[in-house]
Amino acid sequence: MSFALVKPDVMNMKRLSLFNHPLASPIRTYRALHDQGIMGMNCRNLRYIARYNPRRLYPLVDNKLKTKTLAIEHNVNVPELLSVVREQPDIRTVQSVLNDLNGFCIKPAQGSGGKGILVALRAENQEEGQPVQWTRTNGKPLSRNEISRHLSNILAGIFSLGGRSDVAIVEELIQVDPLFQQFTHEGVPDLRVIVFKGLPVMAMMRLSCHDSHGKANLHQGAVGVGIDIAQGVAVNAVQHGQPITHHPDTQQPLIDLKIPHWQNLLRLACSCSDMTGLGYLGVDLVLDKHKGPLLLELNARPGLAIQVANNAGLLPRLQSIEALESIPASLDERLALLHHLY
Amino acid sequence: MRLNSRFSLLVIFLLVIGTSLIVYRYSVAGIPFTPGQTHTVWSVEAKVSFTADDAPVNLSLALPAAQPSLTRIAERTASPGFGLRFDEDNSKRRAEWSIRQASGLQTLYYVADFQVANNSAYAAPLFSVTPPPRFLGPLKNSAKALLERIHQTSANDLSLAYALIAEFQTPQQDVQFLLQGAPASQRIVELLSQADIPARTVKVLLLEDGARRQSLQTWVQLIADEQVHLLDPKGEHKATQPLLIWEQGDKSVIDLIGGHGAKIGFSMLKQRMPISGASANSAVLNGTVLNGPPSAHGNDGLLNLSIHSLPLNDQSVFKGILLVPVGVLLVVIMRTLVGLSTSGTFMPVLIALAFMQTSLLTGVVGFLLIVGVGLLIRSYFSRHNLLLVARISLVIISVVLILALFSVISYRMGLSEGLKLTLFPMIILSWTIERMSILWEEEGHKAVLTQGGGSLLVAILSYLVMSNEWVRHLTFNFLGLQFIFMALVLMCGSYTGYRLLELRRFGVFRSSET
Repeated sequence: MSFALVKPDVMNMKRLSLFNHPLASPIRTYRALHDQGIMGMNCRNLRYIARYNPRRLYPLVDNKLKTKTLAIEHNVNVPELLSVVREQPDIRTVQSVLNDLNGFCIKPAQGSGGKGILVALRAENQEEGQPVQWTRTNGKPLSRNEISRHLSNILAGIFSLGGRSDVAIVEELIQVDPLFQQFTHEGVPDLRVIVFKGLPVMAMMRLSCHDSHGKANLHQGAVGVGIDIAQGVAVNAVQHGQPITHHPDTQQPLIDLKIPHWQNLLRLACSCSDMTGLGYLGVDLVLDKHKGPLLLELNARPGLAIQVANNAGLLPRLQSIEALESIPASLDERLALLHHLY
Repeated sequence: MRLNSRFSLLVIFLLVIGTSLIVYRYSVAGIPFTPGQTHTVWSVEAKVSFTADDAPVNLSLALPAAQPSLTRIAERTASPGFGLRFDEDNSKRRAEWSIRQASGLQTLYYVADFQVANNSAYAAPLFSVTPPPRFLGPLKNSAKALLERIHQTSANDLSLAYALIAEFQTPQQDVQFLLQGAPASQRIVELLSQADIPARTVKVLLLEDGARRQSLQTWVQLIADEQVHLLDPKGEHKATQPLLIWEQGDKSVIDLIGGHGAKIGFSMLKQRMPISGASANSAVLNGTVLNGPPSAHGNDGLLNLSIHSLPLNDQSVFKGILLVPVGVLLVVIMRTLVGLSTSGTFMPVLIALAFMQTSLLTGVVGFLLIVGVGLLIRSYFSRHNLLLVARISLVIISVVLILALFSVISYRMGLSEGLKLTLFPMIILSWTIERMSILWEEEGHKAVLTQGGGSLLVAILSYLVMSNEWVRHLTFNFLGLQFIFMALVLMCGSYTGYRLLELRRFGVFRSSET
């Protein structure tokens, strides 16, 4: 199961021709997508999310604080929780907790799609005796007022679905594994694994770059690298929905990307699926320099861009899992199954 | 498509119900599928209410006499307990209601259906110059000066009348002086009489589809070059627009003995009736509840599932409500089959409903102005530390202020269209502004343009569909369509194929097929 990287110049030439536009012959495009088992939004919502994800389990993944508590109960590694800001008065007191840190990350517990995440680093040339100065990941200064306002916004529910009031969680910063340092710009690269009925289905590395302003979301311009689910090596890479071969900022050939601790990452992804009980789950993992694989967050409605990154459709793999009579309980047996499943 | 059998049964059941209701309406009630093969019929309902003084009551209501371009095809009244007599002479008609004893609030209805057609029986009313009124004292000078001034700038009697009306639009000092003693319509008639032009005031009802609680307006009727002309003393409307001359004999509209506080309000509705003649007309129209439930008329009773069995007032409301499912269906199609993203699921339908009231251009310009200025104001508020509820409230207040400001500005500039901006759903707009502003901060202006553009596109499409004469005709006359819509939405809701825009999104897979 390996896909050659499509040369970008060939793609661009094809795109130039109006006749070749996917919507020029919608029926042919429809058939081609269908034959390759590409999953569409409607199919995902109806066939998989509605069928395999019971509504009552959603809060476990939609609320990062609950996810974290659950993960700690099940011995799943997560970035350390430094503080929780629940009420407006907490905003004052939390600042003193932050003073001793080298950096931290503020997240809304119910934020979605990477919304409302603020990363602060300790400014480099700090003067003695002066209050602590913070900067954003891009080096711009971040005042205490801005931090307070961000926390206040989170509590007011700006970033949560439907404007429900929320709590802010403060986490330790993740130390990017040096192996990934050359593949990323400004942000932390994370690994998205789709887990279906306890079995990993497809994986993608999301690398932030200049275009994505340090964000690791594909629709914001991050690079998506499809990863062979059995081997943990790159098979294909895209940015803005188009195939690429090198990281746009660091110029590293993306095909060289090989993920260490692959089996451990898959194991972690599977245990996340087991602890939530959700049948169709997107698991976001990171590799910390010191702590190894960590669970970042879970998603009960994982996106479809992973198919573009892998240059492969999800449906054949999902259907082969649905055809299985039983799924082994032990993680090792499940991972062994992967080698001859797809 | 794999559908479970119960689901397909539900869809088929809805389709069968819908289709049979439509076929019933088509074949039995004789409603055509296209609005073209029909007469236009205006149904006008006059509702008179008053408080009776616990004594014999006699109420006389002026009724419209022969009209130049409308022919009365049916009339009905509802007046529980009252005796009714029509008092007719060659040019005037009045309805006389009487009762021996009544007390408390009384309501009387008069409903007439008019078919739009040239009335051959109509004879232009002839009336001569009333004895010229005597303007006294300083009024005399003002009137004289005014008449001399407009005489210079007019060519004949008709243009003199138009010039006179124009003078009353932007009153100069002498006109203002004249207006102190009497309304413009009366002064115009007096001045025309002074200039030996036969003129009088008439009470007209402007016909507007679905209008409710309307009142009569005083217009000026005059004879110039042996032709009868009808002019709006306010200069706003032309006589070519559909209107009904309700009273033209300088008599009062209502005479009431034995009661007080008489009020009259008019509701009207434009309907399309099949060409098959007056019998079909009355068959449909007689369903209107007046003296009792429809079955009392020996009509098709419950089987006649049409909105036409409701009072006119409620029919007009339903004419709009029945269009909402069309817009909703369009949104469902746009989202599940096309894949357009809109901000706020059904916001485009509400915006489209507002467009129906304002006309498309005013609506789109108004929407863009309000949302644009709202975003600017909102971006200022975002600099301050504010809680969400407070911020949303500020946006709502700002939207109200923007609406007020634009209304005043457009009115000053002579655009009465601007006043209709108040029909926009304010709370929904405020949430749209709030959501777009957050989207702007997080995803940049591109996402705002995509979502805002998507919403506007769907709103304009909904407007175009909902304002289509044929769609309006079908939804109003065929209630069965609603079941078809339901079935279509159900089918959309179980569609697992690709959305149109996903074909573009996943277009790269096409080339790697081989």
